[in-house]
Amino acid sequence: MEILVCVKRVPDTAENEIEINSEGNDIERDDLVYSVNEWDNYAVEEAIQIVDKVGGSVTVVTVGDDESEEVLRREMAMGAENGLLLSDDAFEASDGKGIATILAGAVKKGNYDLILTGAQADDGAAEVGGMLAAIMDYPYASLVNTIEVQDGKLKIGREVEGGNQDMYEIEMPCVLSIQTGINEPRYVGIRGIRKVASVEIPKQGASDLGLDPSSVGEAGKKVNRVDYFVPEMGEGAEMLEGSTEEIIEKLIDYLKAKGGLK
Amino acid sequence: MADVFAYIEHNQGVADDSALELLTAAKKIFPDAAVTAIVMGSGGDLDTVCNEMAASYNAVWKVDNAAFSFPDAEAARKALLNILPGDCVLLLSHAHLGMDLSPGLSIKMDSAYISDIVDVEGLEGSTLKVIRQEFTGQVSTHVHADISNGAVINVRPGVFQPDESKAGGGEIVDKSGDIGDVSVKRKYLETVQAEAGEVDITKSEVLVSVGRGIEEEDNIEMVFDLAEAMGADVSCSRPIVDAKWLEKARQVGTSGQTVKPKVYLALGISGSFQHLGGLKGNPFVVAVNKNPKAPIFQVADVGIEADILEFVPELTEKIKELG
Ligand SMILES: Cc1cc2nc3c(=O)[nH]c(=O)nc-3n(C[C@H](O)[C@H](O)[C@H](O)COP(=O)(O)OP(=O)(O)OC[C@H]3O[C@@H](n4cnc5c(N)ncnc54)[C@H](O)[C@@H]3O)c2cc1C
Repeated sequence: MEILVCVKRVPDTAENEIEINSEGNDIERDDLVYSVNEWDNYAVEEAIQIVDKVGGSVTVVTVGDDESEEVLRREMAMGAENGLLLSDDAFEASDGKGIATILAGAVKKGNYDLILTGAQADDGAAEVGGMLAAIMDYPYASLVNTIEVQDGKLKIGREVEGGNQDMYEIEMPCVLSIQTGINEPRYVGIRGIRKVASVEIPKQGASDLGLDPSSVGEAGKKVNRVDYFVPEMGEGAEMLEGSTEEIIEKLIDYLKAKGGLK
Repeated sequence: MADVFAYIEHNQGVADDSALELLTAAKKIFPDAAVTAIVMGSGGDLDTVCNEMAASYNAVWKVDNAAFSFPDAEAARKALLNILPGDCVLLLSHAHLGMDLSPGLSIKMDSAYISDIVDVEGLEGSTLKVIRQEFTGQVSTHVHADISNGAVINVRPGVFQPDESKAGGGEIVDKSGDIGDVSVKRKYLETVQAEAGEVDITKSEVLVSVGRGIEEEDNIEMVFDLAEAMGADVSCSRPIVDAKWLEKARQVGTSGQTVKPKVYLALGISGSFQHLGGLKGNPFVVAVNKNPKAPIFQVADVGIEADILEFVPELTEKIKELG
């Protein structure tokens, strides 16, 4: 099975607190630590496990600049055979539809049976997978948390309210967005990354993909993030202050009063 | 002005809470619009929901088809494409169904898709100004969307007050005959119910809930120690379950359990809307987090800025001393 996994380089929220810059129009990007979007690691792991079982190959793709190459290499160190960097000045500032359009360009150039994305990334929009499927006219399922390969089809589970799971049969080629918890993504060490450090990663732009530059990037977008800001805080919590001992004393009083201690 | 629609989720004859929240959101965008509810389903329950919605919405479009005895986004998308006017605005709830349905629908309708909005600033010409959040609520963004060709808008559940005015009095229009071919390449088989766990946290009065801030599996033990000292049960956020450190039945949130304790102690939990969506009944919330700007402090009653790895054992000690 030929599998394409779409991945994104994002600021790592486990490593940084996200703050607004001094102009108040963007997040503070100096010293940000970046990593692969959490959901995407699960998608790549799932692809590798499928190929281990039924054969084929995994390609990881991202839309970004040269710095995005590092996330492709990381996923290749996990076991993805090929990387593909989609990069062009015309792609800059794309909205979700723009990104899906660019990815669709790469899908059309390939011969993939299955395309995976993470369920969402840092902006929480959860949109690119569903848009890509619609552009390609492929069936789609979001929030997938099991995949079983059957005769020319897949049996999948979608995670829904309350942790229940809706089971479906889906035809291929299809697009699935992967939910966290579907597997346990393997650990990648420095040595693994070194091994793939010199593998050639092809780079393709709008003309390689046969894309009209006005359909993507700034020119093609309908949805525009104008700025980042921190909203006026409501009153919020009463913050307990003092030494740890004093804080614990106040907290215990509260817990007693509210029935939190038995 | 564009035609305005809201997609109504329902289950066993009962409309989802989002049904009347969408009406509030729609009126915030288009104060004078007549808003039409779209109710898709199959059989007797459907009329109950349609009648309920007719009291609040200006019109109800009913779609009765066996394909919708189960809410299938792939089939619903095809049906909606056939019945909706091209440049309309459709609002849905940003939950499991909306996430499945909306992005692809916006492509097929060639309209803007605006995901997970938390507020509406207004409409200027054909530019819709809304507010979203990124990085699990750590920062907000102003988003401007060109809706001249319509829009599909997913609205975050639980942020808009439900419109209880019942000022609709709308007519129910049967659109079942107009939906066209709804055959799809994805076939629904069954729903597998979540497994019950060793404790039923939905019944717990006091919950000590642990999030990714606990850092390592070995540290979970200190949370159990605290819970034991307090006479509480242990629950958690999703990453703890994803890491297989605790069983799924202990997960609080939209894709986990809905709990209604008296006291909820959130340890190293950032406060994502999916997590808080599982916390009901207005409990007394205490949050301990090392980041003073963590969104959880906006919803907690009492906050403590501390490293849980140091704070939790000390708190446990003190509670044990009380005897
Ligand atoms: C469709 C969907 C459904 C979902 N359903 C759920 C759900 O049901 N339940 C759920 O919980 N999530 C759910 N999520 C995930 C959700 O979006 C968040 O990713 C998740 O809730 C974050 O969990 P967290 O707060 O533990 O982790 P994080 O957001 O990573 O927060 C960790 C917090 O710990 C703090 N911290 C770190 N170290 C320490 C320390 N030593 N001491 C004190 N504080 C520390 C940090 O400051 C941070 O605030 C869902 C997501 C999707 C897309």
